Amino acid sequence: MIGNVILVDIALFAILLAAALGIAHTRSLYSAAMLAGLFSLTCASLFVVQDAVDVAFTEAAVGAGMSTVLFLGTLALTHSRERVTPPTRRVPALLVAVGTGVLLIYASLDLPPYADPANPVQQHPLTERYLQTSQQEIGVPNVVTAVLASYRGFDTLGEVAVIFTAGVAVLMLLGRLRGNAAGSPGTAPAGGLQGEHRVLRVVAKLLMPFILLFALYVQFHGDFGPGGGFQAGVIFAAGIVLYTLVFGLGHARAVVTPGILRMLLPLGLLLYAGVGVATLLLGGAFLDYNALSPQDPVQGQHLGILLVEAGVGITVAAAMILLFYAFAGRGARS
Amino acid sequence: MTVVLVASWALITAGAVLALTGALGLFRLPDFYTRTHAASITDSAGASLLLLGLLLQAESFAVGIRLLLIMLFLLFTSPTAAHALAQAALKDGLKPVLGRAARR
Repeated sequence: MIGNVILVDIALFAILLAAALGIAHTRSLYSAAMLAGLFSLTCASLFVVQDAVDVAFTEAAVGAGMSTVLFLGTLALTHSRERVTPPTRRVPALLVAVGTGVLLIYASLDLPPYADPANPVQQHPLTERYLQTSQQEIGVPNVVTAVLASYRGFDTLGEVAVIFTAGVAVLMLLGRLRGNAAGSPGTAPAGGLQGEHRVLRVVAKLLMPFILLFALYVQFHGDFGPGGGFQAGVIFAAGIVLYTLVFGLGHARAVVTPGILRMLLPLGLLLYAGVGVATLLLGGAFLDYNALSPQDPVQGQHLGILLVEAGVGITVAAAMILLFYAFAGRGARS
Repeated sequence: MTVVLVASWALITAGAVLALTGALGLFRLPDFYTRTHAASITDSAGASLLLLGLLLQAESFAVGIRLLLIMLFLLFTSPTAAHALAQAALKDGLKPVLGRAARR
């Protein structure tokens, strides 16, 4: 069995290497974007092999899904071919690349051995503490969710703030959603089920409810299995992105209006931080969910994690959809 | 039990062979449309047979229903993706390679 796992590892790392070399080699930026998606998907498979399903889920949804779509959206605005670097600038670039590579390899010598049970992360008392005590303290079967949303809830608040800030920054740079929001020309052909995109539209309509339902499942099942607010938000956004690609930006903006999204973007962060303030007012520490239900702390933990994850999902979904709208809207105008 | 196991492995092998066929076709076939067709064999027929084979070995209903749903999802998405690719190429003006040129 161990031999099989090593074989799978070797195969996946070989694909990673091939994808990386392909990205470096190709001049077509569309190919590079698709190869980057393949790279992410292979990373996700590697994470699954290492039993890190939550991380794999995020990598597959964000890295392979949304990032690729945003890459392609960017390429639609710029050029899709890489300019040839003049030979005089190749030598310094090569020096920088080789230097960085040597440094990285040198640094990797300090890493603990791959998949060794005696690694510091396995031996550290905190690992034991999380794995053993979290069941009594938090009562959530998925320890990753317990660590992410409760033990390190403050860190996750910071992550949500980063996503919020990134969304706001991109909106400030290129998100002037002016023009006629109801139906921008060019990307919005007739919305019926007839015409040249019939197959795509029928299938997209068929799958849409299941994609959105799956997002909700991932959102609320994150306590028990892999998933949570980050993954759910991205999956929800992916559903809307699919709708936009197939039915046109105008129709998507009519269903999920930018106005609502601009309200949801801070709402998720506010909900998260608001839970923290509520626990403060109830006499606990910031984001100490035990204060939400002093008689039954586990119940308080469950409520707190539910609210906080909902906040994460709302902000992530709104940020992703707004980013995509911003890119797609630019492409439609020029 | 052994009958089920044999059937399962037969399906898995058939799926693997089809996946390999798709990969081979991706390299060997002459133009974009035939290559798209080969690639879509891998993730529609190949993956479906693999999943059917796994379904026969599913240890519980919960696992089985998931495999079945994944298969159903793939049966919807992968032909649609191939169709969308081919249609986009056709709309972009890419001509299929026909006749003698295709036989090289």
